Parts: sequence; structure tokens; C-alpha cells
Amino acid sequence: MKDETIIRGQAHQDTIHDSAIKHVTGRADYTDDLAEPHGLLHAYLGLSQCAHGKITGMDFTETLAHPGVVGVLTAKDIPGVNDVSPNGKHDDPIFAEEEVLFWGQPVFAVIAETRDQARRAAHKARITYDVLPHALDPIAARDAGMGYVTDPLTLRRGDADAGMAAAPHVIKGRFNIGGQDHFYLEGQIAMAVPGEDEDVTINVSTQHPSEVQHMVAHVLGCQNNAVVVNVRRMGGGFGGKETQMNLFSCVAAIAAKRWNRAVKIRPDRDDDMTATGKRHDFVVDYEVGFDDDGRIRAVKGDWFARCGFSADLSGPVTDRALFHCDNAYYYPDVRVSSHPMKTNTVSNTAFRGFGGPQGVIVAERMIEEIAYALGRDPLEIRKANLYQNGQLTPYHQEVTDQILPRIFEDLEASSDYHARRQAVLDWNAKGGVIRKGIALTPVKFGISFTATWFNQAGALIHVYNDGSIALNHGGCEMGQGLNTKVAQVVAEAFQCDITCIKITRTTTEKVPNTSATAASSGTDLNGMAALDAAEQIKARLVEFVAERWQQPKDDVRFVPGHIRAGDHLIPWNEVIAAAYMARIHLSAAGFYKTPKIHWDRATGRGRPFYYYAYGAAVSEVSVDTLTGEYVIDRADMIHDVGRSLNPALDKGQVEGAFVQGAGWLTTEELWWDEKGRLRTHAPSTYKVPLASDRPRVFNVTLADWSENSERSIKRSKAVGEPPFMLGISVFEAINMAVASFSDYREPARLDAPATPERVLMAIEALRE
Amino acid sequence: MTPELRFLLNGQQVELTAVGASDTLLDFLRINRRLTGTKEGCAEGDCGACTVLVGRLTDDGLVYEPVNACIRFLASCHGCHVVTVEHLRGPEGGLHPIQAAMVEYHGSQCGFCTPGIVMALYGLWMSNPDASVTDIEVALQGNICRCTGYEPIIKAALAAGRAGGQAADALAVEREMVAARLRDMRGERVELSKDGERAIIPADVDDLAAVLEAEPKATIIAGATDVGLWVTKFMRDISPAVFIGHLMKGKRVENGEIRLGAGVTYSEAAPLIRQHIPAAYDYWLRIGGWQVRNMGTIGANIANGSPIGDTPPLLIALGARIVLRKGAARRELPLGDFFIEYGKQDRAPGEFVEEVIIPIRPQAKVAAYKISKRRDSDITAVAAGFCLSVENGTITDARICFGGMAGTPKRATGAEAALKGQPFARESFEAAARAVADDFTPLSDWRASADYRRTVASNLFRRFWLEQSEPGLPVRLHEAVGV
Repeated sequence: MKDETIIRGQAHQDTIHDSAIKHVTGRADYTDDLAEPHGLLHAYLGLSQCAHGKITGMDFTETLAHPGVVGVLTAKDIPGVNDVSPNGKHDDPIFAEEEVLFWGQPVFAVIAETRDQARRAAHKARITYDVLPHALDPIAARDAGMGYVTDPLTLRRGDADAGMAAAPHVIKGRFNIGGQDHFYLEGQIAMAVPGEDEDVTINVSTQHPSEVQHMVAHVLGCQNNAVVVNVRRMGGGFGGKETQMNLFSCVAAIAAKRWNRAVKIRPDRDDDMTATGKRHDFVVDYEVGFDDDGRIRAVKGDWFARCGFSADLSGPVTDRALFHCDNAYYYPDVRVSSHPMKTNTVSNTAFRGFGGPQGVIVAERMIEEIAYALGRDPLEIRKANLYQNGQLTPYHQEVTDQILPRIFEDLEASSDYHARRQAVLDWNAKGGVIRKGIALTPVKFGISFTATWFNQAGALIHVYNDGSIALNHGGCEMGQGLNTKVAQVVAEAFQCDITCIKITRTTTEKVPNTSATAASSGTDLNGMAALDAAEQIKARLVEFVAERWQQPKDDVRFVPGHIRAGDHLIPWNEVIAAAYMARIHLSAAGFYKTPKIHWDRATGRGRPFYYYAYGAAVSEVSVDTLTGEYVIDRADMIHDVGRSLNPALDKGQVEGAFVQGAGWLTTEELWWDEKGRLRTHAPSTYKVPLASDRPRVFNVTLADWSENSERSIKRSKAVGEPPFMLGISVFEAINMAVASFSDYREPARLDAPATPERVLMAIEALRE
Repeated sequence: MTPELRFLLNGQQVELTAVGASDTLLDFLRINRRLTGTKEGCAEGDCGACTVLVGRLTDDGLVYEPVNACIRFLASCHGCHVVTVEHLRGPEGGLHPIQAAMVEYHGSQCGFCTPGIVMALYGLWMSNPDASVTDIEVALQGNICRCTGYEPIIKAALAAGRAGGQAADALAVEREMVAARLRDMRGERVELSKDGERAIIPADVDDLAAVLEAEPKATIIAGATDVGLWVTKFMRDISPAVFIGHLMKGKRVENGEIRLGAGVTYSEAAPLIRQHIPAAYDYWLRIGGWQVRNMGTIGANIANGSPIGDTPPLLIALGARIVLRKGAARRELPLGDFFIEYGKQDRAPGEFVEEVIIPIRPQAKVAAYKISKRRDSDITAVAAGFCLSVENGTITDARICFGGMAGTPKRATGAEAALKGQPFARESFEAAARAVADDFTPLSDWRASADYRRTVASNLFRRFWLEQSEPGLPVRLHEAVGV
């Protein structure tokens, strides 16, 4: 009978987030909540107030005289290298030396007894500049000859020029796509605690502890083994803590070693938003050739990105924009190029989707162009161009796991798309003040780091002699439920309740050389590594049990809470106690590397992605055509996570990503003034969605029939990023409502984000 | 006079003498008491991660409301009961029903916003056991969650409402005891100091008048929803500071007018607005978020002199007046005359706003509009109050005031002139829509361009006409959504 019961927290079950109870009681510790070491000092950054200029003077007289101030750090105080570039380009100084390249660039840090003292003192410094010309947006940067921050990429397949020339119809356009601030609720923070010799321990809110370790060693001029980096959890990351915490960690570490006291650094929200990178803004020039049936013949395009003053992750981000310029559609002849422009703005970075959304949305813009030109429902054009298995992407990867036709079919039925679209057309035909729009858009998202070597992970499992299990892996928990899902994998492997498993903080001491928890890969990579570790221990236990209870190894099985050996049913704790006494090794390090993937950037060919994740959404909106305001009436989506490890958590990712994606394209507007100063740098001025902005009806379904065709962890699929792009359906629906003013003769061609202002001004232009 | 600040913090009485004018409640909780469940997300009252409940004695008894601890000054907690997430308990000591529902419905992901959301929902659960989805959205206007998309949080709030149990809640059970303890703390003027900063909490309004005569340059702080930012964002010196949030709480209807003490918060005034100016109620619930409405006062909103002014465009359109007091002397003036130019109001040193008088105009056609990038908890791009009198089909009086269009809240005199004496008809409003373009020269900034502001201002006349003329099709977004 025991075999029939199931453990708590088994894979594919709706298990609550491992920290849920701590979250709701306020007992979950974030970096700023950790008990502070005696004698803790606080650091605060001083930021440039000039978008581009030569530093002519730094006067810290008043700063140093401020009560509590211990000292000031500038570039010359850095013992190792003044650089936190994550790509070896040496273009990302901690502190500007002679020249500042954007408004808000860190120039110095003040160290004081309290954070308030350090912050006030930082504002008393007098930095003077010879102001130089600046360029803020990618087109201005191109015109000013600013050049690229990293090598551009061109993807080509077939002959785009010939295909375009042969196409019956050709449309060209330009699309301005805004950036996005992460607005992680917990801002950047790091606390460094000095140790003996060159040692330093960093507690930091990071998605990439190994990189923090390497950066701190680099700037201190010591070996990596002197630096320990810990993170229990982040209060949100979204890509904003993949590289951006490096600088804060390094400043804390330098100060900690210099004054031999623990040092914490936490910028205020305004400085955080001013001095850290965001989603890349793009200006895209596209050209699409198509036939009378709406089939795409050829696509050409140029993606100009606002990268900011340094490369950071702009290379792979702009690459991924191109990898997703096709979204879910086959382009017979294609040539697309990235232009990672250097600009006098903060260096843009990773953000959920990592350039992918800025590729996908252009594909959807081209679909809209074709549909309006031919007077067809855009959905028909989408269907006509969906990939068929066996077709090649612009980077020559064969699509083999296409499931969008079934998702479309299910979603059209469950959302009642066709009747509702007709109702929308009928509504708009009455010519009222409130206009409506509806759109169904898909996503096909490639899963894997395009830098192939990042697709590796490690894990460490200890089984203690009381049967309790400590689980550690290289991934970081930022709310996505990674630790819960990996623990479910381990619980299932050992057939122990999940409550037997302690998920410990992520630390470079336990698993080395980890990759960032990014690219939606956390569970895929770390789940497999943890399973590998569990299987090693299981193999030793099987051998031990077979011998001790005199049964063939094939008859030893892990069953809920027990190990069954023939007719013997031995409780887990007893097996472990016996195994310990028999000197069985109860600890194992697991490892995983994603198979099959390869990518040659020079030729633009390869298989950068292990598999694709798919999904589609239907959104309906109402637009107030006197003010440009809107609401999302309803959103329905079906999303593919393969065989979900935890449907409740995966559904949460889909819902959250959708709303965040809709926010990117609606109210989240980054606004720089002419001097190059970001003026939307706090929630008072930068508007992320609130509860009342979510769809009035919100139907989220997982494609529970889907299974990963590759041997991913328990046949699940990555979920962090792909559903972000479902928010594009909201944008297209708003476009449709606006286009009703031209009787749908042409698309509205709104730039993103479609703020109420952009919507109203587009309507007013069509009214005239 | 006493040199001691007294309040209840969860289950403990706190007595402090070294308190600075600019000390925030959040820093006190996190740094001094290590109550780290309350988080700092923005330090400007816009994200809600720092939400705590503050209980205080009112005419209606002990009332608990969610507030932003980040911009709430510690000194303003005198005589209050501060409740943090650490104080929540279920009936048997486990999770509180709100917390249990948040866990069950997967309402947290990264968890950083969660304690603040739990506290806002706790406040709602206590004050409105049958909260609807709309009520929940209004309660969460001041809370940002960046992970969940809110859907599971709404479901959790509904489930907690269904679960009930308010009578057995700790704050309900201990209500009389807490009220008695808070009553004991009140009475005398409190004067506090720390590191050269001074904070004064007057005993009553006459004491306030006396304090301000002695300290005419003092910073007067009611809800701190703006002054809080002077400290947390701009590190401005606000000492000496006089805290008045507990004073001038009177509200009554008399001779066809609503008379509100200057210390009445937006939340406290809301029922009167709903009853007597129903056309402005939706607007009222879009001022700030719930936490801000629980702190911010109408008197301070006026005295602060914002060029947008949450309430002045509406109140000026309605013909509101204010009472200013200096020492024992009082004067009354039309609200519109109070705003002289950007940053300058008709208020002498030592003078303060004591009362706001709002005529009730049941016969008039009234509307209040707020246009912003995001519907809730956003600073207004364009605000407008409309109040028209129509007799026998003719517009006999038009009072229309805009915020966000000039350096002060300002009447659209050209548009008003275009309407007065004209038929109550579409053409008249079209004429006004054209005329308003010459009334203002708005600025362009990150909230809106001048063009957008002008276009919207014109369109609001069209919207007003459509709303009043009932054209058969929905003209408001929420009517068109149908759910």
C-alpha cells in the first residue's frame, strides 16, 4: 500500500513556493535584512551630472567634513583593475576616470558610519566638467559617428534582394521601440565582509554570483578563490541583476578591504534607475515583400539599438533581437542586421526576453502591415506564414517542434476569437467615443544561452545521517520558483517529501563557475545538475541496499518515504542511518551541459537553441478616443511549458510576464531631457502596471498536452521569458482600435510604448 | 508640554525623546527595531512595499488604515498604534487569513512587495469584509507587484474575504484596550529634538496657532505625502517641523455646504464626496493610492500649492472657499484667489489653512477629470473640474478649472465665456473646446507634451457634453468594458 501514496512536492504538482510563508510573514531575508556585522560602514555613489564631458575637478572638502564620513573612493583607489565589463572589453569602469559618458555615471563613492551620512555627504561633492557634445538615441548616435559598442551581426538566408524584387508587394517602415526599466522591487544592494588574507565575502542581490566573484577578484587584484559570494534570494531580478550588481559589489568589497570593516551599499531608487542599465530601445527599419495571399517572400531589416556607453550584454542582446526577428514565421529570403550603437546613456543590459521581444514585435508589425494592405484579418496572415517543421530560421536552425497550429486552434475556440473580432468591428462601426481592438499574437522563443559555454550547471547534494537533505545548485532564486522546482526534482528522485529538503542559499563556495540565472534556463540547467547529483547518491544506495538486504539491484526501488528491496520496505531514515554506518558516501556534485547546441557567429549558422517554447494570446482593449486612455477588457492565452514541473508556479510566470510585457508597450515610458538626464527614475514618474491595469478578464491556460521533444528536465520547458512577448497582443489590439479611424485601410503604426498620449495623437492625426 | 513621543508598536509601548523632525517611521522600524518585514522599495510612497497599519482615535472610534512608512514621519505617530507585518497572527497563532490566502493562491513570487500587500489587504479586510474586485483594486492602488500580474493576489483577497473572521482578529479583540492606551497618550503639546532638529506636536488647534506665531518659518506637516519626499528624495532640512495630522478633523454639512477641517484626509472626506458630489467620487478615488489618501489632507493639498493640485481644480469649479487662521484671527477667501502664481500662495508666515468650505450644487452639472499615463496612483497630466448651471436649456454659469495647464490651478476663462449664455448644446461645447486652446500655455515634460495637454483639455469639453447628453453609446471606458 505504501507504494501507492505519493510524496509531498512531487514533480508536476502544484507545490507552493518554498518561501511563500516567509514572504507573507515578512520573515524572508533579503540582503538588507541580514543581521549587520559590528562596525558596519555604508557606501554611497556619487553620480555624474553631465551626459558627456571631461572631468576638470573633484572637490571633496565638504564631503569629507560631513559628520560620520570615513573616506571617499575614486578610480585611483581601486587596487586591481577599474573595470566591471562582463565581456572582457574593458569599457565599463567602476568610477569614471577622465571622462564621463552618461548622466548618472558613478564617479566616486563616499564611505560613512551611516547610509544617511554617506548619502548626504555624496551630494556635497563638487565635480566640474568641460561639457562635450552628446548623442542619446541610436539614430543621433549614428549620425554623430559614435560607432558600435560591440560587433554587429547579420543573419542571411537566401537572397533577400532578389526575393524582395520578385515580391508582388513591398512595404517599408520605421518602428521606434522604447526600453524598459526592470523595477525590481528590491533595489541593488551588496554587503561585503572582509576576511583574513585577501578574503572577502559578498552578500548581494544577484542573478550571477560567479560573475560577482570574478569581478571582485579582478578589481581587488586577487584570485577568485579569495572571494565568496552568497545570495539567498532577490526581490526581483528580471535581468537587471545579471551584470548590474557587479559595480555595487566591487565598491563594497574595495571599501571593506581598505577599512577592514564590513561595508554595505544600497542606492536610493532614483540613483538605481539612473545608474543601472535597462531594456534596449530600438529603432528598426524594416522592409517586407509578400504575395497576394499574404505570404511573406522576403524580409530585410536594420535593428539600431540604444546600447549606452559600453557593451555590457548588448552583443548577445542585439543578436537575440535578430534571432527573433522572424518570431514564428518563415521568411524565404531574409537579411537582417544589428547596429549596437554607442550612446551617451546608461549601458543597457539584460531584461526578460533579452532582445527577443524587440525582434518579435517587428515581425508582428510586418504581419499587421500585410494584413491591412490586403484587407485581411491579421490572424489569417499569421497562420499563412507560421513555420512548418523542416523549415529553416534565418540562422539556419531547422524548426522541428512546431506546435502553434494546435495552440491557435485551441485559443481561437476558447477565446471565441472570431465572434469577438466581428463584435469589435461592429462596435467600432457605430463610431462611438470608445473604440475597441482585438489581436491574437503568438510567440516562439529559442531556449539556450547563445553563448554555448554558458549552458552548463552544477549542483551539490548532501544527505545527512538523519535522512535530511541539503540541496544546493548554481541557480539563484528571484521569485520564479527555481528552488522549489529543483527541490521537486530531487524529492521525486529520492521519493522523499519536499519538506525533507533544505534549499540553501546560492554560494560560490558550494558550486563553482556557474552561469547567470538567466535566459529562462534556471530550471533546465540546475534541475538536470541536481538530478545528476541525486542519481549518483541513489546508485550508491541501491548498491548498498542490494547487498545489505540480499536482493538483486534491479529489485531495489525508491518508493514514497522508503526504499523497497524485494519484500523489504525500509524507511528512508533507516536506510540512510545504515548507509552512514556502512561508510557510504552520501554527498555528490552533479553536473549538466546542454547537448546538441552549437553556434558559429561568423557564418551566422548553427543550432543556438536546444528547443523552442511556444504560446499565443488574444487581447481585447477599449480605447477612450478623447484622451487616449485604455483598458484591457480581456486576455486569453495558452502557453507551452512542456510537461510542467509545477503548473501553479508556471502559470504565475505566464500571468506576470504578460502584464510586464503589456506594461513595456503601454505605460512604461523612459524619458530623457535634452541634457541627457533620465527624468522617469522612480515610480512617481515611471509607471509600471498596477492591479487595475491587469486584464479585466484574465484566462491563462498551460498547454498541458505539450511535452518537450528534447530530453529536458522531466520534459518541461523554460517559462521565464517566453510569455513576456504575449503582451504584444495588447499593443496590436490598441493599434487596431486606432486604425478604426482610417476604416482599417492602414495600420496605426504606433510607436512603443503606446502611452495614452501616443494613442490620442495618432487618433487626432487620423481624424484630420 | 512633554519631551516624549509615545505610541504603540505592535504589542509594545514606545517612548522616545531623541526624535528628529526628519526621522521616518520606516527607518525607525528597520534600523532601530530591526522589524525588517517592512521594506523600502522607493522611499516616495509610490510602491507600497513599506505599508504598515496606523491605528488612531477618531470620532468614529479607533480606526486602522494602511499608510506608507517610508514617508511617514516618526513624530507623526504620536498617540497612534503602529502595526507591522510581524504582528499578524491567525486565530490559533498561525497564519492570518490574509496570509494563508496569499500562500494558497500563490500570491507571492519574489516576495519583496508581499508584506506591504498583505498589510494593505489586511486594512481592507478589516474595514470592508465584503470587498469586491473593484474595492480590492482600489485598496491596492498604492502597491506595486512586479512579478505576479496581480491576478493571484486579487484571488487571495477575495478568498480571505470569504473566509471572514474579523471579530476574532487580534486588533478587534484588543480594540478597547488599545483605544484606552492611546487616549492616555494624548493631551499635552510634545516637543522633541535630536541632532539639532526640532519637532513640535501641538496639543490642539489653538496650540497650533500659538506655535506658528512663535515659529512662523516652521515646516507644517499634515500627511507628509509631499513633505516626506522633501526629506527622502531631496534631503531638505525641514526643522523646526510642526505636525498637524491629528488636528482640524471636523467634517460636517451645514447650510448646503460641506465644511472640512484642514486635517481631514482624502479618505475621511470620501463618504461626503460620494454622497454630495457623486460626479467627483471616481476622481476622488484616483487621488494618490489608498495609503496616500489615508495620510494626505485636503487642507495641506491646498496649502502646498501644487500647479496640478489634486483637489483644487474641482474645488475651484465648485466655488469652494478656505478659512485661513493666524493666531486668533481668521479670514475667508475664495480658493481660486489663494493661488497667486507658481510656488506662491496668499498665506502669511504663521498663517495656516484651517477649514475648506465646499458648496453643494445639486442642480449643477458637475464633472471631475484626471488624465494620466496610468489610471491609478499617477501624478496628473491634466486635471479638470467642471460646474455648469443650466436653466431652460441655456448655460447660465460655467466654472471650469484646470490643473497641469499652468503654474497654478487656473480657470479656463475663455472657455467659460464661450459657454455662458449659450444653449446647452453640442455646438457650444465645440466652441468652448476651441476657446480653451487660448486659455493656457502648458509645458512639455515627461508626463505629457504641451500638445497632448492642449488636445486633451479641448476634448474634455466634448467628453463633458457627451456624458451630459447621453448619446446612446458608452462614453466612459468602464461602461464599455462590460465586466
